[in-house]
Amino acid sequence: MSSMFRLSDISRRRLLQLAGTLAGASTLPIVTVRPARATPAMLTSAIRNLVGEANVRVGKVRLDIPPLVENGNTVPMTVSVDHPMTAESFVKSIHVFNEKNPQPNIANFHLTPQAGRAQVATRIRLADTQKVVAIAKLSDGSFWSVSVDVIVTLAACTEEMP
Amino acid sequence: MAAALVNVPAKAKRGAVIEIKTLMSHVMEPGYRHTAAGEVVPRDIVTSFTCKFNGAEIFRADLFPAIAANPFLSFFTTASESGRFEFEWIGDNGFVANASAAITVE
Repeated sequence: MSSMFRLSDISRRRLLQLAGTLAGASTLPIVTVRPARATPAMLTSAIRNLVGEANVRVGKVRLDIPPLVENGNTVPMTVSVDHPMTAESFVKSIHVFNEKNPQPNIANFHLTPQAGRAQVATRIRLADTQKVVAIAKLSDGSFWSVSVDVIVTLAACTEEMP
Repeated sequence: MAAALVNVPAKAKRGAVIEIKTLMSHVMEPGYRHTAAGEVVPRDIVTSFTCKFNGAEIFRADLFPAIAANPFLSFFTTASESGRFEFEWIGDNGFVANASAAITVE
């Protein structure tokens, strides 16, 4: 029995040591120098560049991102638009933006009526806890949007090279 | 070097909506990182992806540094006829990669 206790004692000590080193590693990125960030104003102007003076309505677009992200270097993202894809009426393009990466754009996707379904998936980088915005442009010229808040614990883009 | 992985169903029923998945091995260096010496690591990303079916463009994506390394893309298309999908990735420093896949529609 006593040997059992000792074993569990060692593994607990190791666990605590491991936790200690992990905590130390997670404080490192704070020390590194970070470049200028995109600001919510840059996000607004990037969206203005896309839509011009058109009115952007909320709805139709769905953005699937995990609400809590551990590693901002690869974040799975799926964007879809609830709209039929016919020759008369279809989703022309989907644009994804962020609020606080160094640059406001994430990706633009250009679709055609034969897509059948307006849905695209990819993996993105997020440099901070922030808002991600997706805007869909339909063939009739209208714009629809959605925004999602994502919490990121390990930032991407700005870390030092080894 | 450039290695592409594409996943297209080999067969599909006419009119079915099929999913196409692509993966390109690429560092996607965002151009915002610094070395320990303080120098900026220059940007090296894939900027554009195009998918054509029998010569006609069916999907295009403009990519930015916010796309993760080894860019993965999944999208949909309607199987209308048998033919060949052609994929092209274009990036910084003259990066070009191609792949293709055939589909039989019945």
